[in-house]
Amino acid sequence: MSFVWTIAEQYDGHLKAVSFELLSRGRALADKLETKLASVLIGDGVTEEQMEELIRHGADEVYSVQDPRLARFVCESYSNVLSHLIKTYRPSIILAAATSTGRTLMPHVAVRVHTGLTADCTELDIEEGTGNLLQTRPAIGGNIMATIKTPDHRPQMATVRPKSSRPLPEDPSRTGKIIAVPVDDAHIDTRITVTGYRTDVEDFVNIEEAEMVAAGGRGMKKAENFALLRGIAEEFSGVVGASRDAVDRGWIGYPHQIGLSGKTISPRLYIGAGISGSIQHLAGIKTSETIVSINTDPEASLHKVADFGIVGDLFEVLPELKRRLAERNRTEDPRQEANR
Amino acid sequence: MDIIVPIKQVPETSNVKMDPETGTMLRAGVETVVNPLDLYAIETAIRLKELHGGTVTAVTMGPPPAEKALREAIAMGCDTGVLISDRKFGGADTWATSYTIAQAIRAIGPYDLIIAGERATDGDTAQVGPGIASWLDIPLATYVAAITAVEPGSSGTGSSSAPDASGALIVERLVEEGYQILKVPMPALLTVVKEIASPRLPTLRGKKRAKATELPLYNTENMDLDPAFLGLKGSPTKVVKIATPRVTRGGTVVHAGDEEGVVTAVDQLIAFLESRGLVPAAGASTGGRP
Repeated sequence: MSFVWTIAEQYDGHLKAVSFELLSRGRALADKLETKLASVLIGDGVTEEQMEELIRHGADEVYSVQDPRLARFVCESYSNVLSHLIKTYRPSIILAAATSTGRTLMPHVAVRVHTGLTADCTELDIEEGTGNLLQTRPAIGGNIMATIKTPDHRPQMATVRPKSSRPLPEDPSRTGKIIAVPVDDAHIDTRITVTGYRTDVEDFVNIEEAEMVAAGGRGMKKAENFALLRGIAEEFSGVVGASRDAVDRGWIGYPHQIGLSGKTISPRLYIGAGISGSIQHLAGIKTSETIVSINTDPEASLHKVADFGIVGDLFEVLPELKRRLAERNRTEDPRQEANR
Repeated sequence: MDIIVPIKQVPETSNVKMDPETGTMLRAGVETVVNPLDLYAIETAIRLKELHGGTVTAVTMGPPPAEKALREAIAMGCDTGVLISDRKFGGADTWATSYTIAQAIRAIGPYDLIIAGERATDGDTAQVGPGIASWLDIPLATYVAAITAVEPGSSGTGSSSAPDASGALIVERLVEEGYQILKVPMPALLTVVKEIASPRLPTLRGKKRAKATELPLYNTENMDLDPAFLGLKGSPTKVVKIATPRVTRGGTVVHAGDEEGVVTAVDQLIAFLESRGLVPAAGASTGGRP
């Protein structure tokens, strides 16, 4: 019996990176509790080899619930399946990703199984003595850190932001069990139909799962200047983000927006250029691992929360930074050279 | 089409005080506004009403002053508002809140659609919308960025008693891969993102109407509620500690100044990124990019 579960996510039969990130969180908790860690995979077309990868990254067991009718995320069906698994196997802790799927599925399940759920935890720990899960999350725009527990209900459930933890290195010696769970027809909800996906959206970005984000604000002055940020992002295999100001001016699309009315991100590196750093924007970037700020105004709030700030003109700093990074990346990898 | 919009009153500034005993927010003396992300839900509901007829009812749960949020919603164009308020609801987490709001919605009567904001800017959980759908057992579509079609039901627009007579919506959900396209039969619950519409401002006429509108109060006296599911006591989660995180990171700030200064500043930035392993060390030839 496994006491700690993580919810693996898949798209189109491929496991998503968050599935592995969650395992490193789950492994730490399972080890502390001296219990097993299982990954729950609901979907379709995920191969045994891929599930073995979950085991090599920390899982002891994989519950695989696969069916063509579960290929695409439909909250009601996934909720029926997961609620049933919970009632059958009674895990103590469940961790899910704070993705569009996790943030939809988990509150739906919490109601069904009558338990608590804490969103967007940045820290998870086990309370001495009780063995309760301590769930710490930023709230009120990141102004406070609240530690929350679910003392009297099980499972204890939490979501964790993508990129806020790194997967464990692959351990080829790890072994585990893959348990195929048959799908009960009664769990498939046919009310909603997924008619398709629109994935060829121009300038679309999955900003929450990016390792690096180069963001621009009002100081970018116009839409065309975002090319400077694209140039920087490219050198880190990152993506471009924006403040609300820049989005509201129509310089870049809403999927790029960071902050209270946009996305909250936790990349390894965030570079903000021409962003003053409103409370709303800072709330969206506070959990980034490294923050770099570029702004002509020495008093800009972003400089105050930055790990490294440059008081200077972004139109001079960004091209110089791009030139230097491109030069380094060219000498790093001759294959890149051949591609240019 | 009869639409219900659950909204939340949130503090306007970020200078919020917390009760160290209960770990819940102290609301006294703080300016409040309608949760900015709820404005997109209100706007979407009003537009649907303008196109298809029906009514829009805003509901909010909170202390009595939360009725101000309902009046703001009416000033924008909602027809009426319902205040869900009782001391026994205080300190509710998202589980208990979604239960209480779901019971209020049952009490309001037949509806075609519930439209909620993506999340509130204070709690920032995005859990109450999906929770309400789960309690009511109606189809849920979160992160809706567009409603591309409204397919009328057999009974036409307006409230309907038979659930399948309500028609369906074609919606696009903003997800990690792009947009997921769904056909959602009504009654259903949608949570919407900013992309869906640009909220209108309240009109003078709307404000006058808002002032004159009587707002029904729902409480433990007139609602069908399980007392074990209410407020702080009925909440599965408990706040055990509140801490104020450090605001600054004590980082380095360099001044670029002139052209030479820019080169030096970028030099220092690259050395810093190198020290954090965010760019490979100079001269290393490990292949691959960071």
